[in-house]
Amino acid sequence: MAAIEFDGVSKRFGQVTVLEDLRLTIEEGEFFTFVGPSGCGKSTTLSLIAGLERPTSGRIRFDGEPVDHLAPRDRDVAMVFQSYALYPHMSVAENIGFPLKLRGAAPREIDDAVAEVARRLGIETLLARRPRELSGGQRQRVALGRALVRRPRVFLLDEPLSNLDARLRLEMRAELKRLHGEYGITTVYVTHDQEEAMALSDRVAVLNAGRVEQCGPPLELYHAPANTFVAGFVGSPPMNFLDARLVPDLELPRDVALDEVVVGVRPTDVRVTEASDDPRALDARVLLAEPTGDDVWVVGLLEGERIVGRALPSAVPVPGGIARFAFARERLHLFDRASGRRIA
Amino acid sequence: MRRAATYLGVLVVAAYCLAPLAWQLVTSVRTPAELTTLPPLLPTRITIEHYAAVFTGHPFPRMLLNSFVVAGGATAIALAFGAAAAFALTKMRARGFGAILALVLATSMFPPISIVSPLYLLINALGLRDTLAALILTYAGFTLPLAIWVLTSFLRELPDELYSAARVDGCTPRQALVRVILPLAAPGLVATGLLVFIFAWNEFLFALTFTATERSRTVPVGIALFPGLHEVPWGEIAAASLLVTVPVFVLVLRFQRRIVEGLTAGAVKG
Ligand SMILES: Nc1ncnc2c1ncn2[C@@H]1O[C@H](COP(=O)(O)OP(=O)(O)OP(=O)(O)O)[C@@H](O)[C@H]1O
Ligand SMILES: [Mg+2]
Repeated sequence: MAAIEFDGVSKRFGQVTVLEDLRLTIEEGEFFTFVGPSGCGKSTTLSLIAGLERPTSGRIRFDGEPVDHLAPRDRDVAMVFQSYALYPHMSVAENIGFPLKLRGAAPREIDDAVAEVARRLGIETLLARRPRELSGGQRQRVALGRALVRRPRVFLLDEPLSNLDARLRLEMRAELKRLHGEYGITTVYVTHDQEEAMALSDRVAVLNAGRVEQCGPPLELYHAPANTFVAGFVGSPPMNFLDARLVPDLELPRDVALDEVVVGVRPTDVRVTEASDDPRALDARVLLAEPTGDDVWVVGLLEGERIVGRALPSAVPVPGGIARFAFARERLHLFDRASGRRIA
Repeated sequence: MRRAATYLGVLVVAAYCLAPLAWQLVTSVRTPAELTTLPPLLPTRITIEHYAAVFTGHPFPRMLLNSFVVAGGATAIALAFGAAAAFALTKMRARGFGAILALVLATSMFPPISIVSPLYLLINALGLRDTLAALILTYAGFTLPLAIWVLTSFLRELPDELYSAARVDGCTPRQALVRVILPLAAPGLVATGLLVFIFAWNEFLFALTFTATERSRTVPVGIALFPGLHEVPWGEIAAASLLVTVPVFVLVLRFQRRIVEGLTAGAVKG
């Protein structure tokens, strides 16, 4: 187990800057997630921790010790790759046992460790198979097994669930959380799925184009997003952004003008009805309604801007008609229009 | 109709390729009297005396052994260095990838005849004249560019994440090459190895120049020296030529499936 510290780490590939002055510390035993859109530098961050890439500038420390001179094999990290990267010419058992074999463990010891991990992951019956004879979910377990078999200091997971179907993804998510609880190994997780990040992590860092937009516990990101990027990225469906001039009875801090402000409100906090007695509700033309079971998400058009809200399945407004979109004033997030930064 | 045309095409190509071999076979079993007469097109009587003569009149087994050692040695060296170079170029991200490959290709542009004399001097100076080592080194050097090119295109197809996984799992670069990359590149190694082996097996110019005695003579040179003072033993030459294609034939058959995999690798994803 180890704490991982990024001390002003930048990474460039040629002229392209992929990471810019990354500064943060991942605590020992923490489940830490990097989340962000495709190409924002998540995999690169993991490669830097694993030692597969070197920082262009800055330092990485494990428990205060610089590791920049250490080859991947000397860092004692385990990694599950985006593509799983199982060795096609080895059986499942050989794949899982490979890290131990390289460390010179006795064959008996390897067999025991492989059997133990396989039992834990429910893949005992697959040990003799080759990777190509496995389903996506099974491959993912084997990749996990190969990483878990040697209790590394740090566990790196690069979108391990992205190739699974929705149900298996939920199952494996719970499994990952359980494994982390059991082993207590520092885990750095990467995903572009903010919901997954929220569900799993102790803390989340939102990356955008190589910069950390915000770093904190999931609920903090959700309830107090630092800027419009985080606000729009965290939460599903994404937050609505409205021109402040459209929102009646808006209370602003004293030195802020109305036209400098963007108002954010989460679709969950917007109640859509055909007739509301809330005098402050906004009228918008209904574009479409998406039932999801308990809720129906209603998309409306308000002065040329989209607004999404929630309606009860029993009272869904008809597309084409006018509906009332109501929200409580204490549920609003205010952002500076120019910088995107949070005001209140 | 289309089918018939296809078969006809295959037949024509096969006949074109196999005709010389067939003629060798016919020649090798003719009686000496019929060797230089035409007609008859096919021999009226079949004899194996030429085959017997190959083994009794010449140090044929020794030549075969020499050829095996030379071709095998050259193949081993070309594969070892070719694989290491291809690995460094594709997976270890050596700088100047394109430039290095171009340079490697450039070195194989020289026609052998233009460097045979300087090479001869070099071999002589090293005291390697009339040794198998001279041929092994020469052939390995000559086929290395080919090996590097073919293997580079092979290794490039292997996902980089496999190499990354191997390193995170605890491999040194050399271990990753031997335990992960090479087993997966087996079809490429087999295809490359066969090409090198066949080149070395058939090479004539250097073999003729660098060898002086039967101690190091290979099969092509040996056969070329069959003709005596007064006559050319066509029957024996044909018999010997056929015999030396047998090992290559067996090798190719043995690895046929692997080569096909090799030649088509990269054509389809995964
Ligand atoms: N070896 C490389 N050479 C040049 N550019 C690279 C290299 N590796 C990554 N990049 C670039 O760096 C950026 C970040 O890549 P990275 O793989 O870290 O993204 P990511 O956040 O993991 O994206 P995804 O969600 O699609 O996996 C991308 O623009 C990519 O093109
Ligand atoms: Mg990635």
